[in-house]
Amino acid sequence: MRWLLVWIIVLATTAGNVLQALGMRHHGEIHDFRLGSLGRVAAALVQSRYIVASVVAMAVSFFAFMALVSIAELSFAVPATAASYILETILAKYLLKEHVGAKRWVGVLLVAAGVGLLTV
Amino acid sequence: MTPGSPRAKTRIFTAIVVVTNVLGNSFLSRGMQSIGELVSLSPVPYIRALFNPWVAVGTSLLIVWLLSTMALLSWADLSYVLPVTSMAYVLVALVGRFVLHEAVSMAHWSGILLIMIGVALVGSTNPNSAGKPSEGAHP
Repeated sequence: MRWLLVWIIVLATTAGNVLQALGMRHHGEIHDFRLGSLGRVAAALVQSRYIVASVVAMAVSFFAFMALVSIAELSFAVPATAASYILETILAKYLLKEHVGAKRWVGVLLVAAGVGLLTV
Repeated sequence: MTPGSPRAKTRIFTAIVVVTNVLGNSFLSRGMQSIGELVSLSPVPYIRALFNPWVAVGTSLLIVWLLSTMALLSWADLSYVLPVTSMAYVLVALVGRFVLHEAVSMAHWSGILLIMIGVALVGSTNPNSAGKPSEGAHP
């Protein structure tokens, strides 16, 4: 059961993050952090298909995570759900066209390895 | 009220993302453990769980986490944001060790060290490589 939940969380988190990045890139950089302009940002974002889809994916991930932490320790739950790192970096490179240089790849792999060690 | 340099803005938002993530998950976990096992396809037990004070505070913090991640992603790469915000794992391990008094093994300390080196490496790259229109594009 716990591994099924881990898989649901990994797939939903990956979809959620990539869609969120797509939606935010579409929107463009947020410069102004006054309440009024943040309200306008929110109004624009709720109409973005990417953002709505990402929120749905993250809601799935969130409730699966709630279920997981109710049956497993946090120190299992958090690292086990980090398998999405490499998948997300590949998607960032090829789908979002980000420049993932050697330094960034080595960093991501070290982070993923480190997170893997946390599950031992 | 726009924060100074793009670098500083990225750092401030990274810190907010990390701290709200760690505190949010810790509160949520604490609340869910006190509620007991919850594996259900019906939304009702989850909605009832939201009225537990620990779960409520944890959920609120995770909403702030979601919004600050979205702001960060409006100018920074996903392949930058993900590894850098994984500093959260380091903080989770430290909270586990010093607040919840969980044992931290040698393997865990090694993992924490690897994550910190990885974060330092990614943190030294340009946060905005995808050519998003941003002041960060002009060094």
